[in-house]
Amino acid sequence: MEAEVKEKVVSIEKPEIVAPPDWQPVIMGILCNWCSYAGSDLTGTSRIQYPPNIRIIRVPCSSRVDPWFIIKALQTTADGVLISGCHPGDCHYISGNYYARRRFLVTKKLLNFIGFHENRVQFSWVSAAEGAKFAKVVSKVTEDIKKLGPLHLYKKENFNK
Amino acid sequence: MARVGVFVCFCGANIADFVDVPKVVEEVKKIKAVKYCIEYKYMCSDPGQGMIRDAIVQHRLTSVVVAACSPRMHEKTFRKALSDAGMNPYLLEVANIREHSSWVHQKDKKAATEKASDLIRMAIAKSIANEQLFEISVPVTKRALVIGGGIAGIQAALDIADARIPVTLIERSPSIGGRMAQLDETFPTLDCSQCILTPKMVDVASHPYIELIPYSEVIELQGFVGNYVAKIRKKASYVNFETCTGCGACWQKCPVKVPNEFNMGIDKRKAIYTPFPQAVPNKPVIDAEHCTYLLKGKCGVCAKVCEKGSIDYTMQDEVIEREVGAVVVATGYDLWDPKPYEEYGVGRYKDVITSLEFERMVSASGPTNGVPVRPSDGKVPKNVVFIKCIGSRDEAKGIEYCSKVCCMYTAKHAILLHHKVHDSHAYIFYMDIRAGGKGYEEFVKRAQTETAATYLRGRVSKIYKKGDKLIVCGEDAQLGQKVEVVADLVVLATAIIPYKTNPELARLLGISYDKYGYLSEAHPKLRPVETAKAGIFLAGCTQAPKDIPDTVAQASACAAKVCGLFAGDTMKKDPMVSKINIEFCTGCQNCITVCPYQAIVTEDVPFGHGSKELRTVSKINEGVCQGCGSCVAICRSMAINLSGFTDPQIINEIVAI
Repeated sequence: MEAEVKEKVVSIEKPEIVAPPDWQPVIMGILCNWCSYAGSDLTGTSRIQYPPNIRIIRVPCSSRVDPWFIIKALQTTADGVLISGCHPGDCHYISGNYYARRRFLVTKKLLNFIGFHENRVQFSWVSAAEGAKFAKVVSKVTEDIKKLGPLHLYKKENFNK
Repeated sequence: MARVGVFVCFCGANIADFVDVPKVVEEVKKIKAVKYCIEYKYMCSDPGQGMIRDAIVQHRLTSVVVAACSPRMHEKTFRKALSDAGMNPYLLEVANIREHSSWVHQKDKKAATEKASDLIRMAIAKSIANEQLFEISVPVTKRALVIGGGIAGIQAALDIADARIPVTLIERSPSIGGRMAQLDETFPTLDCSQCILTPKMVDVASHPYIELIPYSEVIELQGFVGNYVAKIRKKASYVNFETCTGCGACWQKCPVKVPNEFNMGIDKRKAIYTPFPQAVPNKPVIDAEHCTYLLKGKCGVCAKVCEKGSIDYTMQDEVIEREVGAVVVATGYDLWDPKPYEEYGVGRYKDVITSLEFERMVSASGPTNGVPVRPSDGKVPKNVVFIKCIGSRDEAKGIEYCSKVCCMYTAKHAILLHHKVHDSHAYIFYMDIRAGGKGYEEFVKRAQTETAATYLRGRVSKIYKKGDKLIVCGEDAQLGQKVEVVADLVVLATAIIPYKTNPELARLLGISYDKYGYLSEAHPKLRPVETAKAGIFLAGCTQAPKDIPDTVAQASACAAKVCGLFAGDTMKKDPMVSKINIEFCTGCQNCITVCPYQAIVTEDVPFGHGSKELRTVSKINEGVCQGCGSCVAICRSMAINLSGFTDPQIINEIVAI
């Protein structure tokens, strides 16, 4: 069933729109306060370098992330989204990240279905001790989004034209 | 109209070396809502905070953004600066331009500067939607419930009660004392367990601030921190404790004999019994499973001999309620059943016993009056083999973890054996000797030298019987040789496991437990006595295997936590909790499903003003809510918002990226 859906969904993002040479993607990162945000702080204190494209928003728990936030970001400011929470089983709020995981799975399928490439929105688990992993994740996401180019699909300004 | 003040920190050179701070300030000043923007070397220092305080007053700021280090670092510091200037502290936002910009983009100053400006713009946008929040004060019931009357529960109860806070101590068995009461002498000082424990037990019974409810269990816990209601089932004892004098005539005459649990079944007790002579309270209870009268309606000897008429066969279980503000869980441990070790003859050979059986035998008040004997023929053993790690550190048959105390008590057993039977010899098979603790290594040395116990590193492969002796076949790994010891008695150091009802108890208290059944602490290092549920604390082996000093320390830590919780008449709580607008609530109750703290309940409210018709909506208990925001994201009608992380705040941030 899943494979069938995947086959039918064809990315309608237009790769032929060429990005200007100095173009840099903007990525929104939403991190949970207790694991991933602390992990990103550790990346800082360890002075591990990563690409400067991510803009981080702090939330108490990954379960606070409403799919609306992702859609709003893709509509307005961001070319890609990274959401990160505590590892399964480690949630500060007992079970929040499990709800988040399920919610993201559905959101991702929906975004896929309406034409977003699956790398536009990515999820990861980063613990408070994984500073190096956070840098790796951000680098990978930035690479992926750079390959995809600027996001034009469903951007608000395009509707107004 | 928003009037935002922005304060950009150099953090010495930490930020200023990699981010062009004056340029950031220039950029920020272009934003309309910003009425004041300044940079300073150390914003967190006293002069830095002074600048914030002055600017708030001078420029009539409506919110403040500090661009500095991570909010996890100094958010509290800057909030205090706002409070000091008479501003609501929750109107602060921190832009993290150190950990998220200057420190991670050290090779690209232009990009780091741009990113810092962006992060500040996001924080400004968020701060515009910030609302004044006020600390929540929750009334507190100043009474603690201690579950379990072992040394952990006793110590916690005494410490809390000494602070003049009433304590209800409940214990499932007829007497407090727990496992420690079963021990003979304790390592590493060899002072007698009873001598140090029983005075504490008496203190508990006579303490004006302790209500002792023996032979009872908690069956329900409702409410939240500071305001719990516990339902306690007092099991029917069939003896009126008010009138019973504890004379003992009843159990002396009772004709029914049952294996004595306190002595690990080595001798018998009666159907009406006190667990041990020093029991507190020293009142007997009737064991309904074995009492002839309760089973068949005949006998009644105890009632006949009781001069006070305290025996009441019609007694029923009784459920009582106690309002408590905090709960200390100290349910203790059990011993692992060594049955899977068939090759050791467990269950087949009477002379293969567990360490606690040995402990009861060497106890002066034990079934053999302090002399170890062979259960098979009652003879005093000469050669005794102790085998450590039975079940512990054994993934195949038992559990993975180390039970922590076995190395020490086995050394103690070797010494005690030598004290009781002078011409005896102890052989100890071990995997490792783990003797971390004050005086512990010296104690093991004492067993090896003074007692001349033979320590053999290696596992035992088989035990078989030859005549009336047991042949223990093992390996001495240090010599690389097989060894055979002709033993009179074999003592197995069985693993510590959590009490079997722990998962059930955890569910009814609403706390978590690990794969073994140990109750989980909130943080393994920094919050070792708290649970994830506020107001519930853990002491002793219910959390993990530990020795008596650690247990006592943890129990006292629990008491300190409880006293801290009860320090004021009300508790102060962070106001970053969910709030519901019942006008929008459709009563779908999805929020109730996702709430990990059971903080949301339903409430019936009138449809409109003056309407008699009712509709069901959700209601959030601010005292319980921990502010995760699960309910906010699940709410379809957007009736719920999380203070401090509201939808408008986050959307503002997203749009400002």
